Amino acid sequence: MATTTTTDFVSPEPSTTDNYLNNEKGLLSWLLTLDHKRIGVMYLFSVLASFALGGTFALLIRAELWTPGPTLPGVTADMYNQFFTLHGAIMVFLVIIPGIPAALGNIILPLQLGAKDVAFPRLNLMSYHVWILGACFMLLSLVLGAADTGWTFYTPYSTMTETAVIPAAFGAFVLGFSSIFTGLNFIVTIHKLRPKGMTWFRMPLFVWALYSTALIQVLATPVIAITLLMLIVERTLGIGIFDPALGGDPVLFQHFFWFYSHPAVYIMIVPAFGVISEIIPVFSRKPIFGYKFIALSSVAIAILGFLVWGHHMFTSGQSVLAGTIFSAITFLIAIPTAIKTFNWLATMYKGRIHLETPMLYALAFLWVFTIGGVTGMFLAVMSVDVHLHDTYFVVAHFHYVMMGGSITAFLGGLHYWWPKAFGRMYNEQIGRIGALIVFVGLNLTFFPQFILGSRGMPRRYYNYLEEFEGLHQLSTIGAFALGLGFLLTAYGLLSSLRKKFDAPANPWGATTLEWQTASPPPYYNFATPPEVTQGPYDGYENLEYDEKIRGYVPTKA
Amino acid sequence: MTDTTSETQSNSETHGHSAPPPGEPEPHEQTEAHAANGHGGGHGHSQYPHLAHHFDSPQQQFDAGKLGIWLFLVQEVLFFAGLFCAYTVYRAQHPEIFVYAHYHLDTTMGAVNTCVLLVSSLTAAWAVRNAQLGEKNKLVVNISITILCAFVFLGVKYKEYAHKVHEGTLWGHHFNPQHELWELDSFKSKHPESAKLAEKIAAIQFEGQPKRKGHGEREGSGAEAKAPAPKTPPLPAAMAGAADSDMKVRRIQSLLLQASDETLRPLVAAGIIKHNVLATTGLERPATAHIFFGIYFFMTGLHGIHVIAGIIVWIWMLLKAQRGQFGPNYFGPIDYAALYWHLVDLVWIYLFPLLYLIH
Repeated sequence: MATTTTTDFVSPEPSTTDNYLNNEKGLLSWLLTLDHKRIGVMYLFSVLASFALGGTFALLIRAELWTPGPTLPGVTADMYNQFFTLHGAIMVFLVIIPGIPAALGNIILPLQLGAKDVAFPRLNLMSYHVWILGACFMLLSLVLGAADTGWTFYTPYSTMTETAVIPAAFGAFVLGFSSIFTGLNFIVTIHKLRPKGMTWFRMPLFVWALYSTALIQVLATPVIAITLLMLIVERTLGIGIFDPALGGDPVLFQHFFWFYSHPAVYIMIVPAFGVISEIIPVFSRKPIFGYKFIALSSVAIAILGFLVWGHHMFTSGQSVLAGTIFSAITFLIAIPTAIKTFNWLATMYKGRIHLETPMLYALAFLWVFTIGGVTGMFLAVMSVDVHLHDTYFVVAHFHYVMMGGSITAFLGGLHYWWPKAFGRMYNEQIGRIGALIVFVGLNLTFFPQFILGSRGMPRRYYNYLEEFEGLHQLSTIGAFALGLGFLLTAYGLLSSLRKKFDAPANPWGATTLEWQTASPPPYYNFATPPEVTQGPYDGYENLEYDEKIRGYVPTKA
Repeated sequence: MTDTTSETQSNSETHGHSAPPPGEPEPHEQTEAHAANGHGGGHGHSQYPHLAHHFDSPQQQFDAGKLGIWLFLVQEVLFFAGLFCAYTVYRAQHPEIFVYAHYHLDTTMGAVNTCVLLVSSLTAAWAVRNAQLGEKNKLVVNISITILCAFVFLGVKYKEYAHKVHEGTLWGHHFNPQHELWELDSFKSKHPESAKLAEKIAAIQFEGQPKRKGHGEREGSGAEAKAPAPKTPPLPAAMAGAADSDMKVRRIQSLLLQASDETLRPLVAAGIIKHNVLATTGLERPATAHIFFGIYFFMTGLHGIHVIAGIIVWIWMLLKAQRGQFGPNYFGPIDYAALYWHLVDLVWIYLFPLLYLIH
């Protein structure tokens, strides 16, 4: 077993003793905690609440688009612009970028490393409170006349509009630092707090994914920080850096903005890759195929992601030569991504598939992310992008990868690690039905948008031609179905919290270290620091299912 | 079941010296006696009062902090990099505004600030050594000098900023210089002939106009002027509609044609005169000269904020040092603060020549 070799192996039965959830009580014991697990839980609920808010705006958008022209009473075109700006800004900055690293990573990373905590627990707590501060500024924008620039804040409109751009931009600025400090924390944790015997190539793939993501977080986020600062200074002091009348250049903003925001999308998806890499071996009862390739491909994607920002700017007036280079490098990113996808499939091949909820999400991911990724390649072709830029095709592409990719993987990971984090098994039936509705809903919402876009429907438009109405209505139905799926899933998870602790240490029969301690873990994580003697996905044959505790235990052999 | 033997690490003997390079995948040393309650503490942690519970040894804690502060510095570099990038783009596209504008800066003050920060970096590095050796008094003195130097830096910067407000050399629409280039001491001392030539031309060009020229409608001291800046961007000091402008142009051009290349070059470089003398109708200011000052205030302002943050950190370190918390087993915070301070110094070392020492 890739597990502890000491004799005080924690009992695999449901925990009846103190764990990190009940060892201390009171609001302050949460708000001032240094325990990475509690911080992760707080992030989880904050992120999910933000997701609900961003999702509400999405439903408002889709409802408004039910018919061409004004649809919802009282919703003007300007207000519509605010809806999609807030939807985008909340989803990107409050949900998906922190998402998996902050909510799942904080809980699970030290556990997977057999460590007691991350390298800098106080910095971790500060990251969370900084996130809250950033969220407050975003909400401030909402109440002060929400920004209507789109989440991309393009100049010159963003320097001129009367809406509350500064609170939104400052909120994103603050959130950037939350992201940077989390990334910094994770890098140091992974370098310095690995257990004895865990060399780099014995780390779980989720750790590799978090490491690659953390590199992007530390290197790219400062650039958006300075960009947003420039925007704020431009609005308040009129420096003129983006104003042509003063000798400035509005396209410069786009370069600065996308230099971060492209790597940012890899912050969004690489952790999702990590989650999928954890789930598939366990639920195929087979070690991952091509471990080193998957590990290194995460790093490759992180690096290549810095070189392609111009593919968001093919129509901005940049030179054709620049566009060609960006286009070519963008094609390259397909390679490490495809390697992962094929390796996941190869892992499943001749495995024994278990279709519990986490695996359903992982399978959904394979389908939906592939569509999203491949359509990204269509957009990478400059001559095609010229026609599809700023149409619904782009909207469909990024929702397929972000919703179908990141969110699907997030939900899969949430169900996978739910028993570990909260000590209760969620309701499997509800989980499966929820997953199914989410899958159908997201395809129904976004597939019509590919068609809309390729037929010329522009994005961010409140009004549209009659001929697009049918597809828009399909999409709106899908959006509400998706919302229902999320609500059902949330119910399935949250209702489990009313039960007593009933989860065994290892309900899924996984071999990574977090399953070698109780569910939920004690606040110090491990009674004795584990030692690692083999790879993270070796040893399924040494685990057997125990009916009594409804979990896996080492075989008696 | 285990067959690995625990290797003694040479790390633990070297915690008084600089840490080994980070990133090596060595498993850390296991402390021997773990308390059964799993805190991994036992006597190891009580021996080192500053050792956090989740680290196994002071060396590991120090190494982690070191890697952490270096990562922080890397992202700080990237933070400033955006501004350096903007500087590069604008200087490449408008070199004359940078030449023009730098004469408005006081190189002496800039040099003083450079020395002040270098001294403060010295005392900061010295403070690390004091902390490593447990020399409390010297540590307190060195930190204090570092803080003092930081305040001197801010004081000099304040003087410079105040001067600029007075001079009207601000950003964007607020750019309203009270003195023309050839009236500045820095230009006159460097290029006396060019300054004299410019004065002669100005005398012809602004014949019959009030003394303060080329400032739009505003006259008088710029410092107290509260009237909102004109919405149109500052135009070149154009000829204020003279009926005998043709005559003036010819007189100006004859002066220019008589002048040597040596004399003309500084004026051309600063965008005061066009490259092609015969196309020049008079002296101008580069149209977008305010861009330089926008960049100047943004970069030095952001740098100043980082100096203030550094002061806060050093005051915190001073308080800890006065309580005698640092010694051979625990000097990480001083080390990390000094590293941050060196970066702040380094950013200034780049800013100074790029802003003040332009040729």
